[in-house]
Amino acid sequence: MSSLTHAVRDSNTMLRRNLLHARRYPSLTLNILLTPIVLLLLFVYVFGEVMSAGIGGSGADRSDYIAYLVPGILLMTIGATPAGTAVSVSMDMTEGIIARFRTMAIHRGSVLVGHVVGSVLQSVISVVLVGAVAVAIGFRSSNATALEWIAAFGLLVLVALALTWIAVGMGMASPNPEAASNNALPLMILPLISSAFVPINAMPGWFQPIAEYQPFTPAIETLRGLLLGSEIGTNGWTTIVWCLALSALGYRWSTAQFNRDPR
Amino acid sequence: MTTTTPHSLAITARGMRKAYGEKTVLDGINLAVPTGTVFALLGPNGAGKTTAVKILSTLITADGGEAKVGGHDLATDPQAVRATIGVTGQFSAVDGLITGEENMLLMADLHHLSRREGRRTTAELLERFDLTDAAKKPAATYSGGMKRRLDLAMTLVGNPRIIFLDEPTSGLDPRSRHNMWDIIRDLVTSGVTVFLTTQYLEEADQLADRIAVLNDGKIAAEGTADELKRLIPGGHIRLRFTDPAAYQAAHLALSEVTRDDEALSLQIPSDGSQRELRSLLDWLDAADIEADELTVHTPDLDDVFFALTSNTNIPTQSKENAR
Repeated sequence: MSSLTHAVRDSNTMLRRNLLHARRYPSLTLNILLTPIVLLLLFVYVFGEVMSAGIGGSGADRSDYIAYLVPGILLMTIGATPAGTAVSVSMDMTEGIIARFRTMAIHRGSVLVGHVVGSVLQSVISVVLVGAVAVAIGFRSSNATALEWIAAFGLLVLVALALTWIAVGMGMASPNPEAASNNALPLMILPLISSAFVPINAMPGWFQPIAEYQPFTPAIETLRGLLLGSEIGTNGWTTIVWCLALSALGYRWSTAQFNRDPR
Repeated sequence: MTTTTPHSLAITARGMRKAYGEKTVLDGINLAVPTGTVFALLGPNGAGKTTAVKILSTLITADGGEAKVGGHDLATDPQAVRATIGVTGQFSAVDGLITGEENMLLMADLHHLSRREGRRTTAELLERFDLTDAAKKPAATYSGGMKRRLDLAMTLVGNPRIIFLDEPTSGLDPRSRHNMWDIIRDLVTSGVTVFLTTQYLEEADQLADRIAVLNDGKIAAEGTADELKRLIPGGHIRLRFTDPAAYQAAHLALSEVTRDDEALSLQIPSDGSQRELRSLLDWLDAADIEADELTVHTPDLDDVFFALTSNTNIPTQSKENAR
């Protein structure tokens, strides 16, 4: 067997192990889904009328705010799953079975790849569920073409991949699951201080750069552009660069930690 | 060891060293384990046994020295070493979230067995280790003995030729311990080399062809169980008295004794043989001394370490071996 098929086969085995964990113990996954859905409903039904005044001038109403909010909520969902991944990776690394994997003639990276692919799949499922809730409460794209839908989906997967590799690195760097949960907090906080809920120009001047130069804002703006037809500008490329850089960084960080002698 | 060819050695190590910061855990140990034998690394907690297993099983890297396992160099070809070995660690290396059967099938997949072969091997091993009834339950719900059996069953899926067992019976009740011993004996009859660590002298005695005593990161002595036992002067007969007069009388009459005035007890060095015991009893009868309690102490691990870490260790060993 060539080393590539070897790697694919072992990674696939590890993926099935992680999916089995997720299926057997769905509470963590469901827990993570809850936050974006609650925020979506809260902002639409409680704050929606007030918020709509801030985004589109006098004519805007609740349905305009749904359209504005949903891309941000979808990316928030993508950020929430990796936060769970950091915790489960940290938990997994303390398990004896990982020591066993290290003494077996399997592809070295397969343990991590299994975690990443499993987590990205969970992100995608979560985003579909949250998206369904959004459609149910009235979210509609403005004449997005099939190609734009595919691009939007690809964008979400790419962001999920980048954040998951970072989360795996965070999980491995954390001494215990509690620390992993704290270390992964930025993945939950960053969407809150992006353009997800309000436009950047509605924020205080000193804060605008923080909101603008972080990975969530360009990703949200790109998704808005694809689904709602707003201006994408340089946001598309900025997002791709962010994602590739974060993926590469997370991958190097994670594998370097995995190859080090265990604690 | 000089007459054996390198081919017949499953594990060799020369000058293996490992330190964590200032703390030296292994201070240059040499090992030679012939293929198809059981080798026991005996030592107290903190002696470096687990560290030695971790290095030899490629889990961690040594700071110095060289070692070969199954003919492959640990430093240059760890993946080839991994393909020949199986490891059952001190802390159970099972996935507690999934069932025993799923754990076994996971191993079968990682060894690239076909689906059919994987199912067959799994069923066979679960049956052999008496886990068939528990196969569909999550491994986290298993008892200590069951977990250890599952752990070993998982190790055997890949049919390893060299097996490392790190304290395979620590924390097990006596029955599970004896079961585990039987399992290990079975393995050896199929030609597998077993490297085990233990803190129980009896366990090494029961299972191992050769035993190395590891103390403070160094091999204090190495040999067969009988060779090591001859090094241990710790066997004695203990007489306890309640009557101080009898105690004094016995103490005055016996020459080679260790006295404990507070407990009113005397220790007489002895190998615990029937002949020595009878002569002591005869002597006590003749002197009309009656002890309230007589106990025979066979050498235990404390005695081994007392003997092996004293500075007379090396001359003692060569003298004993020359007998």
